[in-house]
Amino acid sequence: MENFEPVIVAFCCHYCAYTAADMAGTQRLPYPANVKIIRIPCSGKIDTLHIVKAFEKGADGVYVAGCLEGDCHFKNGNVKAAKRVAYVQKYLEEIGLESERLEMVNISAGMGHRFAELASTMTEKIRKLGPSPVKAAAAL
Amino acid sequence: MKTESNLEKVLAAGHLAVTSECGPPRGCKPEEVVAKSKFLDGIVDAVNVTDNQTAMVRMSSLAASVIVKQQGLHPLFQVTCRDRNRLAMQADIIGAYSLGIDTMLCLSGDHTKFGDHPQAMNVHDIDSIQLIQMVKDMRDKGIFQGGAELKGSPKMFIGAAANPFADPFELRVMRLAKKIAAGADFIQTQCIFNVPKFEQWMEGVRKMGLHKKCYILAGVTPCKSLGAAKYMANRVPGMDVPKDVVDRMASVPKEKQADEGVAICVETIERLKKVEGVAGFHIMAIEWEEKVEEICQRAGLLPRPQV
Amino acid sequence: MITAERKPLEEIIEYIKPFKRILLLGCNECVTVCSAGGRKEVGLLASGLQMARLKSGTDIEIQQHTLERQCDPEYVEEIVSMIDGADAVLSMACGCGVQQLAMRYKEIPVFPAVNTKFMGASERQGVWAERCQGCGDCLLGITGGICPISRCAKQLMNGPCGGSTTGKCEISEDVDCAWQLIWDRLKALGLTERYLDIMPAKDWRSGGGSGPRKIIREDLAE
Repeated sequence: MENFEPVIVAFCCHYCAYTAADMAGTQRLPYPANVKIIRIPCSGKIDTLHIVKAFEKGADGVYVAGCLEGDCHFKNGNVKAAKRVAYVQKYLEEIGLESERLEMVNISAGMGHRFAELASTMTEKIRKLGPSPVKAAAAL
Repeated sequence: MKTESNLEKVLAAGHLAVTSECGPPRGCKPEEVVAKSKFLDGIVDAVNVTDNQTAMVRMSSLAASVIVKQQGLHPLFQVTCRDRNRLAMQADIIGAYSLGIDTMLCLSGDHTKFGDHPQAMNVHDIDSIQLIQMVKDMRDKGIFQGGAELKGSPKMFIGAAANPFADPFELRVMRLAKKIAAGADFIQTQCIFNVPKFEQWMEGVRKMGLHKKCYILAGVTPCKSLGAAKYMANRVPGMDVPKDVVDRMASVPKEKQADEGVAICVETIERLKKVEGVAGFHIMAIEWEEKVEEICQRAGLLPRPQV
Repeated sequence: MITAERKPLEEIIEYIKPFKRILLLGCNECVTVCSAGGRKEVGLLASGLQMARLKSGTDIEIQQHTLERQCDPEYVEEIVSMIDGADAVLSMACGCGVQQLAMRYKEIPVFPAVNTKFMGASERQGVWAERCQGCGDCLLGITGGICPISRCAKQLMNGPCGGSTTGKCEISEDVDCAWQLIWDRLKALGLTERYLDIMPAKDWRSGGGSGPRKIIREDLAE
């Protein structure tokens, strides 16, 4: 797995993380192309099934990026998202995947730098963990 | 007189009755029951024999009651609704009476959650009040709970428990009234540390005239140590140990705490003697049976009347 | 509703280990409402099983389907055509649904994917609590609408016991004392004198004491 390039899915809230990603782009901040962004209207829109399906379809890592605590445009969507992420983390362990492959992060629209940094650290973390055991088994 | 119970005779003669407790061993150690009985011989009018207390398996209260009886004491057979259905309870009551046990206490029982078999099913086919009713019907009407005729009634002197310190307080007197209406002849209360609250409860009891319908034995417990006082204050559901009692235990050095606990207990008895409607005392010296004699002596409860 | 919770994945995996083609069946009724075995949970479980099996290097084909009701023969009949393509059925319905399937499709193994818990109500989003034990002789009319059988840890019909403290049960601070609730209701309704009536020992025949129970409506039964 020397040439392992992780596939990472980032579910990004339209109001914060997605805008931050945009800003990172306009500021020409480099971040790994491993991160595939999916825009969602609010992190609270994320469903446990979306996350699990991402892993089933081959993601090595997933993160859900919502607004900073107290800043959700829909009051508490980010709090709900965090609970769902915690729920799926436990489920991943049951399945036999490391729960570290999934994370909840909070970020604001103005944090272009932070977005790029998160994308890099997540990519590095997953690179160290190696390919998802599910994907690895499927490839055999 | 409804029964041949020694406890009933003492109470009916107008004496302040004294009962104490013997927790059966957690194993086949009849000698422990014998040893505990020795401490109480001639000191109390009846000995409560607990029924899997705190939901821990022990020698059956029926068997241990028989051993107590063999030592020449008067066992007070405790029956909880937790472990047996109405068939088993009635069978045990008939068995107990056939072995010369004529006094019993009807309880709901501590929840299995607190014991060493939290996996067990709680039976609770009937509750403590229905148990009282069942025993009374067996005794007075000569019928089983199911309605069939019973040949040879168990003439049991029927006891029940009351906790003046549990919530809701306003229900506590009414619940006692229900137990008496169901057929309780005597009551043993939860350990009393908060005397003013007990007095308040007794006021309600007297207002309904309940003290004239049944004998109320006030429960007391000597604290063995500060730790024991704190444990009862904080960890035992339905126990009310006021701060001043805990503070008083804390005010003396460790080696004097046991003496202080006995002193508090004796003083409590003295105060309770003045409360109208108190017909006697139930001294719960858990795993400290050897102290009952001293407590009775100091509280002026000895010698026990011969009735 | 009847409430349920998914079984640990490990247990489910063990059940279906010998089988390749699995028909995973949800139910649109109670288990959907309590988020244990509806369409979404079927999807989650299918995905999880798929991944777990992939990981262990064994093939699996999962057909997902959610029936309107697994406890009714009409709906259970719907899957006749799917059964042929399956080696085993995994049901996310309550125990009634699982048995309905097992009785109808005698030749194929049926496994439960959930633990059926109790008859309960929703206290708030994501929280369900027991409210009824189906004793067959409802007492709610005389207990102020609060059930002592299902909500008192000792099923006291003449409670409360001595362990009731500040409205909570002795077994846990998270459990309300049913008799405190009953008493509060009786007070609010001006029915406190009713408390003094002794409730007689219950006849458990209606509550399962006389074996499996059945209801037959003569006018409807065929």
